Amino acid sequence: MIAALLGPRLVAIIVKEFWAVLRDPRARLSLIMPPLIQLLVFGYASTMEVKHVTIGVLDRDGGYWSHEIIQRLAGSPNVQRIVRLDSDADLARAIDSQQVIAALRFDARFSADVSAGRGGVVGAAYDGRKVNAAQIVGGYVDRIVGDVSDTIAVAQPPAPGNSSVTYWFNPNLDYLWFTIPSLVVVISLVSATSVVSQSVAREKELGTFDQLMVSPFRVWEILVGKMVPPVTIGVANATLFLVINPLVFGVPFHGALLLFYPALILFLLSMTGIGMLISVIAQTQQQAFLGMFALTVPVTLLSGYAAPIANMPPFLQVIAQANPAKHFFIVSEGLFLKGMPAADVFANTWPMVVIATVTIGAASALFRSRLE
Amino acid sequence: MTDVFRPRRFAAMLVKESLQIARDPSTFLIAFALPMLLLFLFGYGINLDTARSRIGLVITDHSEAAHSLAGSYQTSKWFDVVTTGAVSQLSRDLVGGRISGIVVIPDGFGRLVAQGGGTIQVLTDGAAPNTANFIAAYAEGVRATWAAARAGDRGTAKPPPIQTDPRYWFDPELKSRYNLVPGSIAVVMTMVGTLLTALVIAREWERGTMEAIMATPLGMAEFIATKVVPYFLLGLGSMTLCAVLAVTVFGVPFRGSPLALIVIASVFLFPALGQGLLISALTKNQFVASQVALLSAFLPTLLLSGFLFEISSMPVPIQAITYLVPSRYLIPQLQTVFIAGDDWGLFVPDMAVLLGFGMAFFALTVRATLRRIA
Amino acid sequence: MAEPVATAHALTKRFAGQASPALDGVSISIAPGRMTGLIGPDGAGKTTLIRILAGLIDPDQGTATVFGQPATATDRSMIGYMPQRFGLYEDLSVMENLRLYADLRGLAPSERQASFDRLLDFTDLRRFTTRLAGQLSGGMKQKLGLACAMVRAPRLLLLDEPGVGVDPVSRRELWQMVKDLASDGIGVLWSTAYLDEAEKCDSVTLLSEGKAIYDGPPQTLTDAIKGRVIRIAVPGEGRRVALQHALDNPAIIDGTVQGDALRLMVRADTPVPDAKALGLAPGSVIEPARPRFEDAFIDLLGGGPSGTSDLARHYRVIPDTHRPAIVAEGLTRRFGTFVAADAISFTVPRGQIFGLLGPNGAGKSTTFKMLCGLLTPSTGSGSVAGIDLRRAKADARQALGYMAQKFSLYGDLSVRQNLNFFAGTYGLSGARARDAIEQAIAIFHLERYLGTNAGTMPLGFKQRLALACAVLHQPPVLFLDEPTSGVDPLVRREFWTHINGMVEKGVTVLVTTHFMDEAEYCDRATLIYRARQIATGTPDELKAMAGKADATMEDAFVALIEASDLHRDAA
Repeated sequence: MIAALLGPRLVAIIVKEFWAVLRDPRARLSLIMPPLIQLLVFGYASTMEVKHVTIGVLDRDGGYWSHEIIQRLAGSPNVQRIVRLDSDADLARAIDSQQVIAALRFDARFSADVSAGRGGVVGAAYDGRKVNAAQIVGGYVDRIVGDVSDTIAVAQPPAPGNSSVTYWFNPNLDYLWFTIPSLVVVISLVSATSVVSQSVAREKELGTFDQLMVSPFRVWEILVGKMVPPVTIGVANATLFLVINPLVFGVPFHGALLLFYPALILFLLSMTGIGMLISVIAQTQQQAFLGMFALTVPVTLLSGYAAPIANMPPFLQVIAQANPAKHFFIVSEGLFLKGMPAADVFANTWPMVVIATVTIGAASALFRSRLE
Repeated sequence: MTDVFRPRRFAAMLVKESLQIARDPSTFLIAFALPMLLLFLFGYGINLDTARSRIGLVITDHSEAAHSLAGSYQTSKWFDVVTTGAVSQLSRDLVGGRISGIVVIPDGFGRLVAQGGGTIQVLTDGAAPNTANFIAAYAEGVRATWAAARAGDRGTAKPPPIQTDPRYWFDPELKSRYNLVPGSIAVVMTMVGTLLTALVIAREWERGTMEAIMATPLGMAEFIATKVVPYFLLGLGSMTLCAVLAVTVFGVPFRGSPLALIVIASVFLFPALGQGLLISALTKNQFVASQVALLSAFLPTLLLSGFLFEISSMPVPIQAITYLVPSRYLIPQLQTVFIAGDDWGLFVPDMAVLLGFGMAFFALTVRATLRRIA
Repeated sequence: MAEPVATAHALTKRFAGQASPALDGVSISIAPGRMTGLIGPDGAGKTTLIRILAGLIDPDQGTATVFGQPATATDRSMIGYMPQRFGLYEDLSVMENLRLYADLRGLAPSERQASFDRLLDFTDLRRFTTRLAGQLSGGMKQKLGLACAMVRAPRLLLLDEPGVGVDPVSRRELWQMVKDLASDGIGVLWSTAYLDEAEKCDSVTLLSEGKAIYDGPPQTLTDAIKGRVIRIAVPGEGRRVALQHALDNPAIIDGTVQGDALRLMVRADTPVPDAKALGLAPGSVIEPARPRFEDAFIDLLGGGPSGTSDLARHYRVIPDTHRPAIVAEGLTRRFGTFVAADAISFTVPRGQIFGLLGPNGAGKSTTFKMLCGLLTPSTGSGSVAGIDLRRAKADARQALGYMAQKFSLYGDLSVRQNLNFFAGTYGLSGARARDAIEQAIAIFHLERYLGTNAGTMPLGFKQRLALACAVLHQPPVLFLDEPTSGVDPLVRREFWTHINGMVEKGVTVLVTTHFMDEAEYCDRATLIYRARQIATGTPDELKAMAGKADATMEDAFVALIEASDLHRDAA
């Protein structure tokens, strides 16, 4: 039925492109390996949380309060080990050699000062070479010291107000809830572009390009034939993820699938348009692969996944507007966690329509001009 | 018969390799253009430092205290404040990603403040956990500072019994760029060292020159050596370029000695080149070699070396894998030599491991490049 | 006879994953001062044998000895080895390549200049010393490859198919160079698929499927078929039909067209049939012809295919539109200041074979590409089946069947998937597509390869599949770019049986080839040299223009090019 509608030529080239991807062992490799590695490594290794840390302690005090703080620190689920240090030189060495990421230093009079109500100060040194992890460990230390401090303060008047914090969409602030929706973006992106960037370059390298050019194909048929498999593969990868997620990771999906898929397809179209440009320019598969690499790294890093767009310098924020992944990233996070309504999805989808139109248009123009 | 080493022959191969490097545009692309792109992305694009966030502010209390606190938010350097409308409107903005959090100063806030209390509500976008944490902490910070100031005015302030006095060594201004830029030099060196060399022997196989070379008296160890020397120099070149850019453009301090940096880079290039040559000798095909190189060198360096993600936080099996990633031993050395200074006690053990990796890679490469085609 | 410089004894080599051994008990001996030919079709084991002698592969059984030492441990500086792809660094200049190999082979600095001078004169590359090897023509690359292999006078020269894809002029020059060397006492092993080269060797080893099926002087083999090769003049149009009838006669085991005549080989121990039995006009003169090595080779392999083509039998009759099928009018293509094709003009009527001949880089491919719409002419125009393919809609390309020079099907797709794709490409669907595909499978004997990746088939089957895909839609015009390059004579015979049959149905064929005996099949041919047509006509007319009416096409080709060079030098 569909075959009759599309005509034998379009069917032939779509089927051929699918076989080309599925039968070429190299293409299969680039189809299976990146998503698998990303799933494992990103899913488990890429956490911004800091756990299992080792903290050094130089306890000149040896009194009740220092002991209390050290005990609570040792009991923290994020702390793996406490290392006792004997001197300031020892402390410096422990941090310099990265044996510990942080070290606490208690003066000889610490407990006495606290007990006497004079107020005690815990010295805390952090390894600034890992400034992000160090700040997070700093947060742990502050919380524990604050808790101990509060047990002393109960006798005093009530704290002058506070704030009650609610984390919407992710009440336990589970980092995985952020990672999984971003992974859908990254994996569908990488699998689709790696397939499309090879498609024309492979024909050129293997000498089949001329054969294609002397046959009665129209340019649009060739482009459609070459874009259907990568978009399908991207959609398949994303779908696989949607299916696996509730079973393995349990991140909620609150939005409408009817909104997710059109946005996903637009996203993949805009990315395959760019990938097709690379493929048309590249002379060999190796060049196409390097080109794809030079494309996907910035696209991923500037999507909002690696760091918030708002933190970037203004000129990069402008460039990021042209990045389809930046827009689909918002949609994916929104549909997974926030149940984003249609209006917001559209607001973040139309830029992808513009990008897709430009990139596919450019790819087909370049394709025509490269026929020579 | 492979006869003894002949300097003239060796020099001829070096000349040939250098001419090829100079004439191949992709060398410069990989050795200089890609490194600049990466450095640029990590220097400018990835900024994990706290920055201004856009929040919504809802005031349903009309006391003087509520307006005073609202003023504190509006003048805070951490926040851009939107004060339009009710929670329902702002929560739609939160869903749409137009704002990152909402602060609510509720009814009766002023009365509670007068009684020595006063609770505000902070709603944050948990879909972005880092930003959510940051907004929760800073929203409370603004409130606490405001409360302390008011208490100070009335003389009721009392410091908590225990305080911490944090010092962030080497990076007191807490600039994430200081560790990201040296770390990205590790990514660059892995890429130049491994990716470029992965292509070179594969290229000889692909173009049929390997066969012709093998039929000459040139020894295979000698052949590999002629590949190493030029790419070693190229790797040092692109490292130097990155280091200069790191200091001049990205403002990263350089507290160690240039000599230490060169020694560190040289030692690392040994396993990096070895890995590339091994990939090249095994795959014999440039396309496969470039894929394997990126999968086995670039991705692990990015994800498993401790550059972006703390190794200690990873599950134990993945932690075990990180011990096999050479750049894991380079990242601390680079970060130290840039922002801490020379620390040979830290450098030497890591260098020893890297030399071990290098020897293993080269031994395997020589084995794989035996003078046989099949 | 002098001590051989290299010998191999009972070599057997089996590669992992291959059903049959690449070499199966092969012995060979290479004597100094002589040309030893290593002959056999693609995949016969020639390259494996040469690599074993060069010490690059260990045999499973048997021994290879070079200069009295095992091949893997001998003095490599005394071996000159030129692999199939020449082993040149394409991004180094001619001189840089020479210097590199001089140092690699340990040529003493004091001898360098003399050696370079000698080789540069010898190869006529002196004008191009600063040009990058990658920018040399195929023939020049080959000469440079040879120069690099000989930069330090070797005692053993191993040449792996130096003639593949190279035009007759370059091949002859190369042959002469090596021949001169051999007379200096060097042992030469020359591997080739060109049987006319084998004929000129002092001794040949004939490989087939890993086994040596003949070892000795070529003359012995050709003497064995003495009296069995005949020549019959067939004036006028009927050569193709006549050949078909003759080949269908059981007494005839092989035959080719030779200009206006047929050349046939009679089955052993069978009397020569008379003209009537061969279906020829009564009174046709049957005269004996000198046997060639190729005849002996085909005889050894059991003879060629019969005369009737199943492909042609099923082919539709192409209606006669009374218009020429292919027209080239002043086709010119410039790349910058370089003129790749200069005012090429010819007309091919329906139902004829037209040949584009000429050395590498002369402009054949450029002309070919302009006609089939892959390249826009700078000036001039071309049309195929009455359509200018460059301007016409995509549908117009339906009129064309195209077989590229390099294998250009999808190597990772199975044979059936390739056939399905090309059927769809040309708009065949449903029952029509199925019938066409089943027919192609039967005609080209592709049954046992249907599920195999096309790229892993033997070359002969790849070429069969390529032809099958090009004619699935039964186009009126067929473009064949070196369709038989590298395949053995039997497959070549089969191809020409099909082509001749299709042409009789009204198909028009444009063909390029380096096999000059194949040029004989053309109704007309044009010789392109340095971007210009230097001669156009029937094969016999071309021979006459060269002033060598009874010579081979190859002699005519060389003579015409030499005449053109003389003419230009004089001008």
